[in-house]
Amino acid sequence: MALKIPGRLYDRLRKHGEATYPHECCGVLVGEFDEAGGKVVMKLVQCGNTRTDSPANRYHINPSELVRIQREALLAGHDIVGFYHSHPDHPARWSVTDLAEAHWTGCSYVITNVENGRAVLTNSFLLLDQEEAKHFEDELIEVIDL
Amino acid sequence: MPIKVLIPTPLRPYAGKQSVIEVTAQTVGEALSDLVAKHPDLRKHLFSGEGKLRSFVNVYRNDEDIRYLNKDATPVNEADVISIVPSVAGGQ
Repeated sequence: MALKIPGRLYDRLRKHGEATYPHECCGVLVGEFDEAGGKVVMKLVQCGNTRTDSPANRYHINPSELVRIQREALLAGHDIVGFYHSHPDHPARWSVTDLAEAHWTGCSYVITNVENGRAVLTNSFLLLDQEEAKHFEDELIEVIDL
Repeated sequence: MPIKVLIPTPLRPYAGKQSVIEVTAQTVGEALSDLVAKHPDLRKHLFSGEGKLRSFVNVYRNDEDIRYLNKDATPVNEADVISIVPSVAGGQ
């Protein structure tokens, strides 16, 4: 299973983290689940980070934005398949906070490490299991032409 | 009256894999009650043991958060769409 993402969207996702540095960026990945359990990203929606109290190490997407994105995705026959955010000057690994605040089981959580304003490493983590036993698993990112 | 409820990706396995479910209700509370009556497995994913919406579950009537309306008593009509969205947050 992999998260397949077109190169132009992958670049946009990483550049979003550079643009908001030293603050965390965040956004939503819209696309399709395939029969094998993988996902294809077809659209990337950049969101604002509402954690203005601590934007360098926290992010939060306004639920109003999620409602709109979910509604538009379903109308287009797509789904929310994941989310992304950046870790300014911090590794591209999920944190305790990332796991505690993750509730979209089956979706990808993509994290880009931005060092001194430059996107370095981007990793994806798949959220699995129910709330009480939830955990992340490493997920392959496959950059595709689309 | 019939009302559409949009089901987020993580709750679909407990809702017959459906993304949109039609319920019968006059209020948001009734809509959620009808939803869990039709799909009992959803209950523990939406509500705490005390029967309150779990803290990370957001419920909207169209573009409005029901917490800022009349919560469960928020009225709905046929043109309304109820959306359920778990929160998205985190950080290093």
